Amino acid sequence: MSNKISIVVVSGARERLQMAGMIASVGAVSGDEVTVFLSMNALHYFRKGAAEPAPPEGAFGKLLETKKAPAFKQLFQSAAELGDAKIHPCSMAVDVLGVEQAELEPWIGEPMGLTKFLSDAHGGQVWSF
Amino acid sequence: MAEKIVVDARGSFCPGPLMELIARLKFAQVGDELEILSTDKGSASDIPEWLHKVGHQLLGTREEAGVFHIALKKMK
Repeated sequence: MSNKISIVVVSGARERLQMAGMIASVGAVSGDEVTVFLSMNALHYFRKGAAEPAPPEGAFGKLLETKKAPAFKQLFQSAAELGDAKIHPCSMAVDVLGVEQAELEPWIGEPMGLTKFLSDAHGGQVWSF
Repeated sequence: MAEKIVVDARGSFCPGPLMELIARLKFAQVGDELEILSTDKGSASDIPEWLHKVGHQLLGTREEAGVFHIALKKMK
């Protein structure tokens, strides 16, 4: 029984990116149909080679940095590569940021508009971070 | 005779051990037995749950000196 899971990620805070990556990866490798929509402050971190750490929102985020938890970007990549999650940048965020497809990580799909995202999400679970 | 594959994910936090297991499982043959080593308590209960959900066989779990050993067989 496969669920449909749609995840909207707008935050640039480490804890939120981490939790979104955890849900995307575990959902995708468990046979759920996962779509991730990256927008606002989140998109920047998905540029190729963007290595700077996302700022923590609170104490847990600081603690996370000192532990050997998988990096959030690695989690999204695992979701795409091990579980066939579809990860798309929001077309509006792509335009505002002025980012080209070639500048984004190779496992990120084409920009997606809200109409398409909303119709894909219809009838499934929607998570937002 | 299928080979026994050990995946050492000690020190990694959830869902690191699960992801390491799945990455290795992709290249294993149906019937292969794997054992994942994890120091993360959450993974020790969540990995068997994942195996049950996707249909691989849990062969057993044991804890030894703070390390969880989860043995499984690839079924598909």
